[in-house]
Amino acid sequence: MSKQKNKTSVDNGNIAVFHSKTKVTITYILIIVIGLYIASAFYTEAYPNLIIAGMPVVIDFVIYDFFPPNLKYISTVMKALIETWNMALLSTTLSVIFALPISFLAAANINKNKVFYQIVRFILNIIRTIPELILAVLLVAFMGIGVISGIGALFIFSLGILAKLISETIEAIDPNPLEAIRATGANTIQVIRYAVIPQILPQYTSYALYVLEINVRASVILGFVGAGGIGIILKQQTSLFNYGNVSTIILMTFIAVTIIDFVSSRVRERLL
Amino acid sequence: MIEFKNVSLTYPNGHQGLKNVNLKINDGEFIVVVGLSGAGKSTLIRSINQLVKPTEGELIINGKDTLKCNERQLKEVRRNIGMIFQSYNLVKRMSVLRNVLTGSLGRTGTFKSLFGLFSNEDKELAMGSLARVGIDDKAYRRADQLSGGQQQRVSIARALTQKPNVILADEPVASLDPPTSHTVMKDLKKINKEDGITTIINLHFIDMAMEYADRIIGMREGEVVFDGPVSEVSEKTFEEIYGRPIKEDDIIGAE
Amino acid sequence: MTKNTIIQKPKKDRMFWIRTTISAVILIFLYYIALTTTDLTYRGSTLSPGALLQRLFWNPFFDDAVLEKVPEYIAYMIETLAIAYGGAVIGAILAIPFGFLAASNISKFSYIGKWILNAIRAFPEVMFAIIFVAAVGMGPFAGVLAIGINSIGMLGKLYSEVIESIDMSVLESFKANGAGRLQTIWYGVIPQIIPEFASYAIYRYEIDVRSSTVLGVVGAGGIGTPLIIAAMQRSWERVGMMLMIIIVVVSVIDFISSRIRRRLV
Repeated sequence: MSKQKNKTSVDNGNIAVFHSKTKVTITYILIIVIGLYIASAFYTEAYPNLIIAGMPVVIDFVIYDFFPPNLKYISTVMKALIETWNMALLSTTLSVIFALPISFLAAANINKNKVFYQIVRFILNIIRTIPELILAVLLVAFMGIGVISGIGALFIFSLGILAKLISETIEAIDPNPLEAIRATGANTIQVIRYAVIPQILPQYTSYALYVLEINVRASVILGFVGAGGIGIILKQQTSLFNYGNVSTIILMTFIAVTIIDFVSSRVRERLL
Repeated sequence: MIEFKNVSLTYPNGHQGLKNVNLKINDGEFIVVVGLSGAGKSTLIRSINQLVKPTEGELIINGKDTLKCNERQLKEVRRNIGMIFQSYNLVKRMSVLRNVLTGSLGRTGTFKSLFGLFSNEDKELAMGSLARVGIDDKAYRRADQLSGGQQQRVSIARALTQKPNVILADEPVASLDPPTSHTVMKDLKKINKEDGITTIINLHFIDMAMEYADRIIGMREGEVVFDGPVSEVSEKTFEEIYGRPIKEDDIIGAE
Repeated sequence: MTKNTIIQKPKKDRMFWIRTTISAVILIFLYYIALTTTDLTYRGSTLSPGALLQRLFWNPFFDDAVLEKVPEYIAYMIETLAIAYGGAVIGAILAIPFGFLAASNISKFSYIGKWILNAIRAFPEVMFAIIFVAAVGMGPFAGVLAIGINSIGMLGKLYSEVIESIDMSVLESFKANGAGRLQTIWYGVIPQIIPEFASYAIYRYEIDVRSSTVLGVVGAGGIGTPLIIAAMQRSWERVGMMLMIIIVVVSVIDFISSRIRRRLV
């Protein structure tokens, strides 16, 4: 009988279902994953048994302290929610406008200068790495407390996301019309206007709505650091332990976010 | 007049697309370039409007060496050269008429073209070009709603709208069925006769080449291996150009 | 003479104009409200932007008091990573049953499953964190819970979509063999979906790390807490140092994560 040592999984007459190499790899991976988990559990003292034990505590708490929500507080919350929504709307508008030119610079098939392209991408990556709350902190430092800092923070934050998404769309377009229009002697701007933009328009609007959703969520807590919106009263009421009000805030925010998400995804469906 | 003087094209990886090409193309000629895939037909044609750039030699169009042109001069050169592609290269979501109007972008100012403000002259020219290829009734349809043959005719109309001196066609019928292919070739031939526009076409169907061309240029491995009037061409010539016997794929058949 | 007919540009129908007008009116209305009701006063600060940037990103390297704290900040950052990881793992595991529950090709009650997952996902994560902090006190435990629940929502939905998209014919061939439901799942479903699951879970980890830096601000542990304290005190050198640590760590995590994911799928 010939030796069949290398790739087949025949082993002492027992035929393994999985290749032994796969088994070893999987075991290693499992050890690493579980090991890291144990380490993290120790570090955070969030042991699994505590978590299981903790869930009922949380549910109890929610039921006793958060219900019933304070209905008299609704009008205050409404005002704050509108402010939050406005923040999201204005900042999304700004970033939708500014993202277009920037995403051209971040698309390899338009910006052929390799160094410039890398720099733009790098800056966009840094912006996307900074959590929006931190951006808000920075902008409050720059521009003072108020909604305007929130708009600025959301603008920068969503600019990074939108520019990346759109630049990826641009990089994926069909290059043939570009070639053809360039061959008629058109200049770069004309090529962009007639060969690129028609191809990316539906995706563009869809992404714009997606970013609007993200901004609405993010705007909820910017108030925590003074950048306007519903976060201000949320922080205030939490620190006063007025959980009745807090639950009103949370519930209404939840409803508002759900509605906005719903409308936005419907519109996006009709677009694409 | 287009003149190739010792033109070569070497790619960065060392492969030679064109080897020492010498050609003189007179105004108004209807030329078909033939050869196997990879022989350099496409490279030859695309060198003329510099969609690919030769690395050596001189490419003189109407007295000017285009290889020495800067961006702005190149745009002017391209304005006078219309091109038709195998995959039509229309902007799918735009209307047929707009696609044809892009032929006039070279002479429309940037600002106006941003807002789609083409001159009335150009709009009439565009419509007229569409009428010449027989599809003006589809002017307001979206380009991707047309059949392959119709899209190719739109792209011919686009080239016409440039008011070019030269029309290049890179495998214009490779994606079309035989009857439609013949229609397109007939249109190109008609335009060449009526307007006197120099026409250079890549084809890999030998019977089609022999039927429509005035002059045939045969390429093999980047070199010109045949250059002569169609009267001197027979199937044997093709076998020499290809370096192998003729196969069924090389013939498109009757309409 | 060729054609005598003039080609008419097709008239856009009434529906089109009605829809466009309504949309335009809505948009104008929204913007009008936005611009008039928000308080857009620019209060400014005493610092110039240049000075601020310098204090944030340049000075910390030369300030001994700040440099001393770097190990402490790194420890906080590790805590942030641990919070994200613990929450992600729990979320990844607990999301599995939810994923199956919400998959229309496996579960008969997929409506309920989908509804629960959507509800969880609509809740901004920070609000979960606030609730948990109020319930179990400040500290990383609340953070782990918040990230865990949020992950269940996100991962659960994706799990269900992946399950719904698997090749049903594979399942059928198993059923034809007479295999039971559990066996069908184990041998038929799981092998098809593991690479995608793992890839998305790792992607979620990237996002969770970002989230947990933020959750600290509401008291759920991690680097967010010292960050907000330093910001309140206007100690921009400390804020800047922490920011830089966050940026570096998050970038490294993103990088490693995309490398792993590329090798998975």
